[in-house]
Amino acid sequence: MLTLTPRRALLLGIPALVLAGGVVAAGAMMRSVPNGLDLALDKRTAGGLYKAAIAPQANPIVVGTMHAWTVTVQTPEGTPVKVARIGIDGGMPQHGHGLPTAPQVTKDLGGGRYLVEGMKFNMRGWWTLDLAIEGPKGADTVTFNLVL
Amino acid sequence: MRRAAAILSSVLLGTGLLAAGLHAASAPGSRWTKEERALIQSLALDALPPLPVDPSNRVADDPRAAELGRALFFDVRLSANGQVACATCHLPERQFQDDVPLARGVGMTTRRTMPIAGMAHSPFLFWDGRTDSLWSQALGPLESSVEHGGNRTQYAHVIALHYRQTYESVFGPLPVLARLPSQAGPVTDPEAAGAWEAMPEPDRQAVNRVFANIGKAIAAFERTIKPAPTRFDAYASALGSGRSVGILTEDEIAGLRLFIGKGECINCHNGPLLTDNHFHNTGVSATPGLPEDLGRAAGAKLVREDPFNCLGPYSDAGEGDCSELRFMAADGHELLRAFKTPSLRGAAGRPPYMHAGQIGTLADVVAHYSTAPAAPAGHSELRPLNLSETERRQLIAFLATLNPNTGEGRKSF
Repeated sequence: MLTLTPRRALLLGIPALVLAGGVVAAGAMMRSVPNGLDLALDKRTAGGLYKAAIAPQANPIVVGTMHAWTVTVQTPEGTPVKVARIGIDGGMPQHGHGLPTAPQVTKDLGGGRYLVEGMKFNMRGWWTLDLAIEGPKGADTVTFNLVL
Repeated sequence: MRRAAAILSSVLLGTGLLAAGLHAASAPGSRWTKEERALIQSLALDALPPLPVDPSNRVADDPRAAELGRALFFDVRLSANGQVACATCHLPERQFQDDVPLARGVGMTTRRTMPIAGMAHSPFLFWDGRTDSLWSQALGPLESSVEHGGNRTQYAHVIALHYRQTYESVFGPLPVLARLPSQAGPVTDPEAAGAWEAMPEPDRQAVNRVFANIGKAIAAFERTIKPAPTRFDAYASALGSGRSVGILTEDEIAGLRLFIGKGECINCHNGPLLTDNHFHNTGVSATPGLPEDLGRAAGAKLVREDPFNCLGPYSDAGEGDCSELRFMAADGHELLRAFKTPSLRGAAGRPPYMHAGQIGTLADVVAHYSTAPAAPAGHSELRPLNLSETERRQLIAFLATLNPNTGEGRKSF
């Protein structure tokens, strides 16, 4: 599990992304993040066709810095899935704006894992990351919540 | 009697200590939570990372290039009328800006001059982000018909005549320029544009390389222009050690609290430069008489088409570089009339504000964000804050703590 590393975050002086379950105090000073937000980074897609997981390659994630993520797609039973396409979207629901960049899958890492480059968060708060997965069982979507 | 006096004095001492303790507990600085302190320190210069490398400019950190760039920055020969240099609008003694709503070169522009300190940290330049490096930014005004007003062969000839030795020591031999037209370039002046069209492609490319190198030298100089320390930075540094008392006034501290809290300023004005380096529609009015300004919606397309961008033939970047350009958000309604978040360092000392200097005072800027008017086109991201008069005054007081300390930032360039 990824956790905030306060000392490094403090040294950098830049807020880090808190991905640990339920820790949303960081956003409390700005618009409050809804209670009970599902912060799981590993979940079933909306239609139940796949299981998807996301993991940042940088820890902590630094606001304003370009970085990469890995997306893993499996069947609900855990078999790696070879997808045709993963569309990436997202934004800040409380601010009404999308992602500041246009991230893309740039590499098939094998074993159902895909490299997503071009991720950036330009401010703290509640972000969503929406994946549109097109795979052998059809198209499905999944939304992840992140609190910066 | 003596004993009674001793008891009395110890009681008094105790009371004094108690009072001091209460005072310390109620001092604004000690009321920050751990998270608030981290937020405040994230805005301080201490948190500024080293200058990001610019792989598109191999001389970005070459002191000889910076020296050449410094000379070019002040050289009025790089203009149509021999009177305009970069420093004409980017005045070193005025935070490298010019204090007027619309910049004036050989003619009148449609935008406010932006300051330069810390800009090397920004992935996109100009209010609409239409270039993606300091060096490609520097080229725009040189060719603009209302800024420097000159053209590429003119500038290449200036280099050959006045800077040959320095230029060649940094970039290698200049191409043979003597046989090329004195005035030629892809500019609005029809004669210069015609002469440029008539030049063989290899000659145009050779001149483009000299032109790009002029930008790269100016960029190397601009990378040396750093933001100066402020009273806010002193306060943020002292927060950790508990020696912050007396650095900021009560009003300034209250303003800082609004800045990171209710005011939501920190959403976009984040990090040590107090900008997210992104583009936002904040409902700033259009100036009557100026052409329609689409902001980032136009800038994103321009930077993609710019032959001097990070992926272009004049860039020194390698494979895998240029991620900002490769993964740039280029479409979407939120780009319409979105303009770059300016750094707030020194902002209190450089009215007027916004991309065309539409707002004259800091008080009116704060009023704008508090009332959140609708955008003339596209959609404003703002929501009304309904700040009281006191809160507005406190916010303005805080913003003034971001002014460079007296004597700082006035280094002679």
